[in-house]
Amino acid sequence: MRVELDEPKCVASGQCVLTAPEVFDQRDEDGIAFVTDEEPAPDSLDAVREAVAICPAAAIRLTER
Amino acid sequence: MADTLTGAEHDPAARVPGFPMPRAAGCPFDPPPALTAAQQEGPLARVRLWDGKDYWLLTRYADQRAVLLDPRVSADLTSPGYPLQAPGSGKNDIGFILMDDPEHARLRRMVTAPFAIKRVEALRPAVQTIADDLVDAMLAGPKPVDLVQALALPLPSLVICALLGVPYDDHDFFQENSRILIKRDAAVEERTAAHGELIGYLDELMGEKMTHPGDDLLSGLVARVESGELSRLDAAQMGVLLLLAGHETTANMIALGTLALLEHPAQLALLRDTDDPKLIASAVEELLRYLSIVHGGRRRAVLADIEVAGQLIRAGEGVILPNDLANRDPEAFPDPDRLDLTRDARRHVAFGFGVHQCLGQPLARMELQVVCGTLYRRVPGLRLAADIAELPFKHDGSVYGVYELPVTW
Ligand code: HEM
Ligand code: SF4
Repeated sequence: MRVELDEPKCVASGQCVLTAPEVFDQRDEDGIAFVTDEEPAPDSLDAVREAVAICPAAAIRLTER
Repeated sequence: MADTLTGAEHDPAARVPGFPMPRAAGCPFDPPPALTAAQQEGPLARVRLWDGKDYWLLTRYADQRAVLLDPRVSADLTSPGYPLQAPGSGKNDIGFILMDDPEHARLRRMVTAPFAIKRVEALRPAVQTIADDLVDAMLAGPKPVDLVQALALPLPSLVICALLGVPYDDHDFFQENSRILIKRDAAVEERTAAHGELIGYLDELMGEKMTHPGDDLLSGLVARVESGELSRLDAAQMGVLLLLAGHETTANMIALGTLALLEHPAQLALLRDTDDPKLIASAVEELLRYLSIVHGGRRRAVLADIEVAGQLIRAGEGVILPNDLANRDPEAFPDPDRLDLTRDARRHVAFGFGVHQCLGQPLARMELQVVCGTLYRRVPGLRLAADIAELPFKHDGSVYGVYELPVTW
């Protein structure tokens, strides 16, 4: 599974970083999120799915590869 | 005839209920019964606002989230059909909360950095010190005490002042004007005057920061004004928005949350007996969901036809999305009327949803976690020093809460 983040959509809510800190982080200059681990380990996937559901801007996608 | 009558609620011929609706006496934490009934009846309702016009009201969590994400709806209150909160509210512009993308995103991104999770976490020790000092002072003073004045209001005010670079000594001034600005039934002139006072104050403060810049948020905005990225008025409006949103909301959560816990002693006991950050964090999310203090409904205008639950909503119509109702949707939260600090409430929409979701949420969460981990453990005998039926609730504000919370221990 692969995590994608649509950066222009992100509103820097920080919700993904709270939900799955091992997969997401925020840029220092503007708090916009980025993916730190594009192919997270299976035991992180539940947290990533929660981040997908919780992201207020629908900016995160989890895709089959 | 319907048109000749005064208020929507008093118009039996119309059968369109007025909005906002009153809460039930004795149920200060629950949404108005008429709203809950509308939710049970179906996904959409018609409601009548103060202007005598009818608007769509969305009752369901899933529909509200979908519409708040939809670029065909506008948060700009000059868009045709926008359901205005009150007469004249269009005149008191408070920045990007009422703008659409791309301008909204451009301005919001100028102030997102200090609210990033890491930056907010770095403030936690300082906020803990503020909480401890306020509780020390409370315990050393006479009782009963008003928890709003002793802790709920000063804590977030001190924090947002430090972050923005606003002198806390001016708190009487800005708290008073903020209170008027978010009061539903304030007269147009009164609200416009309060707005003008705040804009003038922020503009003057930013003028001072041009010559004496600090490392605070307002100094950052001033630098952007000087580089031509931002107009001086936009900067002042952003300052007002942050100052106002930064203390009024969190303050109400602290006071109303404490009251809710005092009324649910078994839940309060969970917090009193724990230092587990996970439980404290979960408790804060559940309190946010259960209380949904920003209760007037998110308001949006539809720019191009959309469909909600099979119903066509046309361009130029207005929609109201009460998040207090979404957060009590049984399809999203089983047994929604129960306060259960151990449930997973993270998907709540107490901070809104879509591109306008609360900018200050990491800060608000951290402040509330500090309070929840401090107050009830340090004051285990905390109890209400008044009859709950006599408490002055903020039925008249766009942010719900209590004006006063007398407590003793
Ligand atoms: C518990 C406390 C808080 C609650 C319940 C709350 C709730 C909300 C809600 C519901 C919205 C969405 C408005 C809409 O969609 O129309 C919002 C937006 C906003 N909030 Fe908060 N808020 C809280 C604390 C804060 C704090 C501490 C700050 C600032 C330091 C803040 C700053 C803002 C700003 C700037 C916006 C506008 C965001 C935008 O339009 O992009 N809020 N808040
Ligand atoms: S949850 Fe979504 S909007 Fe929020 S920081 Fe992550 S990607 Fe951005």
